[in-house]
Amino acid sequence: MKFTWFNLMPWPYLADDFRQKNRSVWVDIDSTLYDPVRGHDVYNDYLDLLEYADQVGFDGVGINEHHQNAYGMMPSPNIMAAALTRRTKNAAIVVLGNSIALYNPPVRVAEEFAMLDVMCGGRLVAGFPVGTSMDTNYCYGQIPALTREKYLEAHDLIMRAWKEDKPFAFNGRYTKLRHVNIWPKPIQNPPPIHIPGGGSVETYDFCLDNTYSYSYLSFTGYIRAKALMQGYWDRLTERNEPDESPYRAGFAQTIIVGETDQEAETMFREHVDYFYNRCLHIHPGFADAPGYRTIKTIQSGALSQYAPNMGDLSHLSWKQLLDDGYVVAGSPDTVREKLEFLAKSLHVGNLFCLMHVGNMPVDKCKHSTKLFAEKVMPKMRNLFPKYENDTRFWCQPLARRATPAPVDAALKTRIPVAGE
Amino acid sequence: MNLRKIKTRHVETHVLEGGSGPDLLYLHGAGGVTLEDPFLNALAAKYHVYAPLLPGYGASDECPQIRDMLDVTLHTFDVAELLGLKKPILAGHSMGGMMAAEMAAIAPSEVEKLCLICPAGLWLDEYPIPDIFALLPYELPEYLFHDAEAGGKMMTAGMDFSNLEFLKAFLVQNARQLGMAGKLLFPIPERGLRERLYRVKARTLLIWGDSDKLIVPRYAQEFKKLIANCELVSIPEAGHLVPLEKTAQTMAALARLG
Repeated sequence: MKFTWFNLMPWPYLADDFRQKNRSVWVDIDSTLYDPVRGHDVYNDYLDLLEYADQVGFDGVGINEHHQNAYGMMPSPNIMAAALTRRTKNAAIVVLGNSIALYNPPVRVAEEFAMLDVMCGGRLVAGFPVGTSMDTNYCYGQIPALTREKYLEAHDLIMRAWKEDKPFAFNGRYTKLRHVNIWPKPIQNPPPIHIPGGGSVETYDFCLDNTYSYSYLSFTGYIRAKALMQGYWDRLTERNEPDESPYRAGFAQTIIVGETDQEAETMFREHVDYFYNRCLHIHPGFADAPGYRTIKTIQSGALSQYAPNMGDLSHLSWKQLLDDGYVVAGSPDTVREKLEFLAKSLHVGNLFCLMHVGNMPVDKCKHSTKLFAEKVMPKMRNLFPKYENDTRFWCQPLARRATPAPVDAALKTRIPVAGE
Repeated sequence: MNLRKIKTRHVETHVLEGGSGPDLLYLHGAGGVTLEDPFLNALAAKYHVYAPLLPGYGASDECPQIRDMLDVTLHTFDVAELLGLKKPILAGHSMGGMMAAEMAAIAPSEVEKLCLICPAGLWLDEYPIPDIFALLPYELPEYLFHDAEAGGKMMTAGMDFSNLEFLKAFLVQNARQLGMAGKLLFPIPERGLRERLYRVKARTLLIWGDSDKLIVPRYAQEFKKLIANCELVSIPEAGHLVPLEKTAQTMAALARLG
């Protein structure tokens, strides 16, 4: 198994009555609720936590892209990834990912991912989401019915920009470039690619066509995910693919570990409530712009996880959240047992561990993270021995990687800046 | 009214056709139009009316090759030609009005009589048009009707959202129709028409509901300013769906085009 410690980077200061006074956490959220001075500490804490996850031995540290969203404060994940290249040592930097239809021109993604891969010595795992409708259509104005065509064109351009050794002309419908010739190029060419999907048939096929890993990044947990992931594996069988390696798939799960089941509840419940009650409060009118999902996908019955009847989870008790699988929480043994069931029932080798939840403070998050790393992860490592040599979906770092120079002790006396 | 199928180079298109009198090509708005539409039937009492359904509307096939305003404009000219129409009265409502205005600007010698019923196509920063793509079904009537309560009942008659099969069919229809409409209207219903309206030569009649809360009557002034030969008829106690809410008055106004 590969374990990626994931942080959505939520704003932790939404008021108790946020749900009553605001219609959405996303797209048209009241921007005066954000305080950049507090935000300075929040970003610092979140980067500390990602670095901590590397120190305690997670395989990857994960970040993603959202816009105008109070539970996902990374409009530019590549900036966070760049910060992580310096102080993390071993973990893959999993950028899940860049919404490639939103970059103009999309060679920007080829360039920035190449920079990141070079900076971190080949530790990049790259993600290419179509992006949620909230981000892609309502915040970034892409025409819903044309989004997928633009996405596929951007994908072709990025892959060619990485692979081709001579300058080439790209005459696309959405991007026209006479001289494509990116510099630098990535160490891993191409880096392993993961595609976050929400159940569209087209995305299953896209992953299988290109040998990309399919990731379901859900907040509704492993029990509800069964039908969707099974759809992917059924498609694989239908297409008679050569193997069913669990690394062809990934899943995101909210995970909380305490010393005991009781501690997990008492220590973390308020932060889980914060996430499911305040952070997932999304105006249903932003959930699914008409034309964003294909007719085939709607007919297959895959309702958006943000659709009105799914969105309001605020009434769920702790027991329901656990019983229904939204959250995996408890002692290390409890968590391991549930996650083994998750990994086997969904057949996923890449687990994106949502270990920071809602407004969880740093010390508590470290407590849960450390217990997971020490008492859960080691026992789950070899869950899929048959596929332990499947390297297609994970990064291949350089054996010798450069180390940032230590802070020079002689420069301890800081030179004052003007005005001090 | 009858349903007729024609095949353009790109796509099979369904056309609602009926009535007798001068030829009138009617372009529907983002909500589409059906055989039972009261305004269409009123038109058929005075005109030979042709109402093509855009790709994705009704039983018209979807058409991925039609992506933008120019594609839609040329598609509609192709449809008119296949129907054998020679300079019909060209009328359009809302998004259809935007298309009709575009056709009259692209080919000014082909359009002699133009009727724009609260058309989309312009944008004024001081009067932002609500984002119809983010509105929930129950929020629509207050933007579309002068009498939101009566309008709401008209819109939802026969709909049962608690029935999952109905809901799925509704979502599919919505995705097909508004997916197409989004190519012209998302995220802002403006595609450069302002720069082209000077070309319109047609005698133009502009019809607007006084209580239009979707595209407010201030836009009527803007269209009137930009089209050379343009008369405005304002209809009291009518919202954006003025042809449904005030069918007789809309018909009377249209008669002014002769």
